[in-house]
Amino acid sequence: MTRYAAPLDDMRFALYDVLDGERTLKQLPRGESLSRETIDAVLEEAARLSEQVLAPLNQSGDAEGCHFDKATASVTTPKGFKEANAQFVAGGWPGLTAPERYGGQDLPETVGALVKEMLDSANLSWGNYPLLSAGATEALLQHGEEWQREVFLKPIVAGRWTGTMCLTEPHCGTDLGLLKTRAEPAADGSYRVSGTKIFITGGEHDLSENIVHLVLARLPDAPTGTKGISMFVVPKFKVARDGTLGARNGVACGSIEHKMGIKASATCVMNFDAAEGYLVGQPNKGLTAMFTMMNAARLAVGIQGLGLIERAYQNSLAYARERLQMRALSGPKFPHQPADPIIVHPDVRRLLLTQKAIAEAGRVLVLHAALLGDTHLRSDDAAARERAEQELSFLIPICKGLLTELANECTYHAMQVLGGHGYIAEWGLEQFARDARITTIYEGTTQIQALDLLGRKVFQLQGAGLQVFLERIGAFCRQHADAAALAEFIGPLGKLAQQWGEITQRVGVAAAGNPEELGAAAVDYLFYSGYVTLAFCWARSVAAADAGARSGTFKQAKRATARFYFQRILPRTEAHAAMLRAGAASLMDLPEALFG
Amino acid sequence: MKILVGYKRVVDYNVRIQVKPDGSGVVSDGVKLSPNPFDEIALEEALRLREKGVASEVVVVGIGPTDLQAHLRNGLAMGANRAIHVATSDAVQPLTAARVLLKLVQKEQPGLVILGKQAIDDDCNQTGQMLAALWDRPQATFASKVEIGEDKARVTREVDAGLETLEVDLPAVITTDLRLNEPRFIKLPDIMKAKSKPIEILELASLGVEPGDHLKTLHYAPPPGRSKGVMVKDVAELVAALKSKGLV
Ligand SMILES: Cc1cc2nc3c(=O)[nH]c(=O)nc-3n(C[C@H](O)[C@H](O)[C@H](O)COP(=O)(O)OP(=O)(O)OC[C@H]3O[C@@H](n4cnc5c(N)ncnc54)[C@H](O)[C@@H]3O)c2cc1C
Ligand SMILES: Cc1cc2nc3c(=O)[nH]c(=O)nc-3n(C[C@H](O)[C@H](O)[C@H](O)COP(=O)(O)OP(=O)(O)OC[C@H]3O[C@@H](n4cnc5c(N)ncnc54)[C@H](O)[C@@H]3O)c2cc1C
Repeated sequence: MTRYAAPLDDMRFALYDVLDGERTLKQLPRGESLSRETIDAVLEEAARLSEQVLAPLNQSGDAEGCHFDKATASVTTPKGFKEANAQFVAGGWPGLTAPERYGGQDLPETVGALVKEMLDSANLSWGNYPLLSAGATEALLQHGEEWQREVFLKPIVAGRWTGTMCLTEPHCGTDLGLLKTRAEPAADGSYRVSGTKIFITGGEHDLSENIVHLVLARLPDAPTGTKGISMFVVPKFKVARDGTLGARNGVACGSIEHKMGIKASATCVMNFDAAEGYLVGQPNKGLTAMFTMMNAARLAVGIQGLGLIERAYQNSLAYARERLQMRALSGPKFPHQPADPIIVHPDVRRLLLTQKAIAEAGRVLVLHAALLGDTHLRSDDAAARERAEQELSFLIPICKGLLTELANECTYHAMQVLGGHGYIAEWGLEQFARDARITTIYEGTTQIQALDLLGRKVFQLQGAGLQVFLERIGAFCRQHADAAALAEFIGPLGKLAQQWGEITQRVGVAAAGNPEELGAAAVDYLFYSGYVTLAFCWARSVAAADAGARSGTFKQAKRATARFYFQRILPRTEAHAAMLRAGAASLMDLPEALFG
Repeated sequence: MKILVGYKRVVDYNVRIQVKPDGSGVVSDGVKLSPNPFDEIALEEALRLREKGVASEVVVVGIGPTDLQAHLRNGLAMGANRAIHVATSDAVQPLTAARVLLKLVQKEQPGLVILGKQAIDDDCNQTGQMLAALWDRPQATFASKVEIGEDKARVTREVDAGLETLEVDLPAVITTDLRLNEPRFIKLPDIMKAKSKPIEILELASLGVEPGDHLKTLHYAPPPGRSKGVMVKDVAELVAALKSKGLV
């Protein structure tokens, strides 16, 4: 069985020491009464739930998967999921960040992000059910009418019902402008929704009394393309205005997918057949509505990547300390044992340090973004809100794109540490690698994150977010310019920040001449940006560790890991810079017919 | 009836304890601290008695440094009505703890005191017994089942020979064993509510307690590592080897 111990100490370090998060959260409206003590208590209890209730169901859930019963069109989740969910609900966790007036605890998204990391580390498949409920919550909060929030949102916040997001159709995932599901107005002001949605996470399951689907569909007179999409709320069981459950609605699960990972998360084909639904937000503004929820949803998937890296690291580290194979090249380190533990070998250390360096910096990145999110949502200073939004929108595709790609790399390394035992199911490491694979696909593929970063956030918005972020790095470098102990980090970071600006300019010029240059550059640009961003997170971490009251060994570990990152991961930026310089030609020159 | 519950903070049971290089103690810097598991069981039992209507109020008590308050908050989030923090920066040995508790017993007049049978840091297993003696009230230690009657408690204890049932007059001291109950998970709304529950702070020095820290620790050392084993041919050789080491 794989182990999991929530990294509470590193979480607190990232939030309080590196990011000064307690102060930020306290200064925001509704944060006055939020103390470190309360946050810590919440984290400790979430850790307990994750470690003791959810983590033990990860491997069994993977082995068992979900079951679909054709006769009743019902889906059964693996053994133990129902009970674990009941415990999650009884503990009040579904309402963690929801507003008090709908029954939530109104805690900041930053606290939510930390809790989410733990749930995802513990059991990514299970974590997908509350994730989609959070999506539905956001949709109803931001765009729903008051009665819709009363009727549909409150039970979701209470955890009695769950939510889904129904976007994808058989012929369209990335390009939602092509979607065909239709919504016909009915005489009573509601709509009848018909069509087929696929890949719907949590579309059907046995965890809750009712399921609230947020569905994208077209009105009869809607324009074609993305400007003709509206959002509807469609419950599995009809609901009267007073909240009582009625008959089954015209929506049913047609089948579930058999897939590589997250096997305990039900991925459903959903058939809508004149299902009763209600318009959420403005007609034809459904996709715009989705955009306002995108930051939260994409950050959430970035956190999934982080959660997997953390758990894979913990397990491969424990193995590397116990597995005895070969002697250290410089002579036996544990002469009384038949061989040395493999953690003595340089390349095993590379495998481990890569995971450690990315998990710890990734945590700082996620929390930095979450704090921006809270500032954006809560601040009463309009200028601060806008600045936070610019920087956040810029960082979101980096969080999502980079952390999910690196989750694939890191879970691969973790498997390698276990040798043959990493490849077999018993040890649980191959599951992490399989589970990681989806994270670069859903909620916008890596390609889409890259296009969003370069095309929209950098070029379309004239680099506003990039500017704010570069200024932040610049201010940090100036602040520590005289700190000799930080020179080895500040120097390269300053240079890279400058080169980042130059690369952006060059790609901009090239893309102005040939639009394909944008698509050719996007993913390399995403990685380049991501590695520089993590370098900044590491430099800040070392500065914060040195300045804080932590033990000598803690400071030593932060510095050594930062050094590893700067010397052995950050040089990847050079390769990405070279590929960016190469431009689109080598990608586009080969005629399609000659691909073979 | 009011129940007083001892609620100590210790190094978490999952932490691999490391001795400081100079042998002056164990490393606690950056180490995860948690409620003593036996004390969590004690609090859980008290809460269940309150939920049954047997008790009307549950008070948790902690003795320790200023940052103990977060820990006491945890007891409040679990459900205690209020907390008392006896503040001291010194380590506290069982006799001092028992004397402190006696002062609080005199002040609070509880109908029952529930403590853990031991704390997993020093494993002393003394405080409850000492408190009962100082208070001159009955004790029922290592409880695996507690039933409260009119003015008596029936307590099932785990002893070497099996289970033993005692009946004690109240007020009394009960100490908990591992199988008494399974402590609840704390609910998120209760964490938020605990923010406004009262914690009374009393300086240990102001209680007029005569210090009972008579044990002097000279040195901490990790247990010696296992030395390499030897294979023996038969039982005779095994017995001979044990004899030569003076083990039998
Ligand atoms: C397990 C699972 C759970 C899911 N959960 C949900 C859910 O709950 N709700 C929901 O609505 N959907 C869900 N999805 C669907 C998911 O969001 C889509 O699979 C995803 O958006 C990609 O769409 P697609 O599969 O149609 O791929 P396509 O859009 O066909 O893309 C195929 C490939 O082409 C690339 N590509 C496409 N356009 C471009 C471009 N312009 N430039 C560069 N590359 C491009 C993509 O990056 C990708 O690599 C889920 C999918 C899975 C597998
Ligand atoms: C599907 C499968 C089929 C197999 N088929 C066969 C078969 O038919 N016959 C057979 O005999 N075996 C077979 N094996 C075993 C396979 O060859 C071993 O798993 C492999 O040799 C690795 O050994 P290990 O698993 O013990 O890992 P370990 O030797 O424990 O290695 C663990 C990790 O430590 C690293 N490491 C170890 N020593 C050093 C060092 N000095 N320096 C740097 N890194 C080091 C390794 O690279 C690895 O990453 C099979 C394994 C699998 C999973």
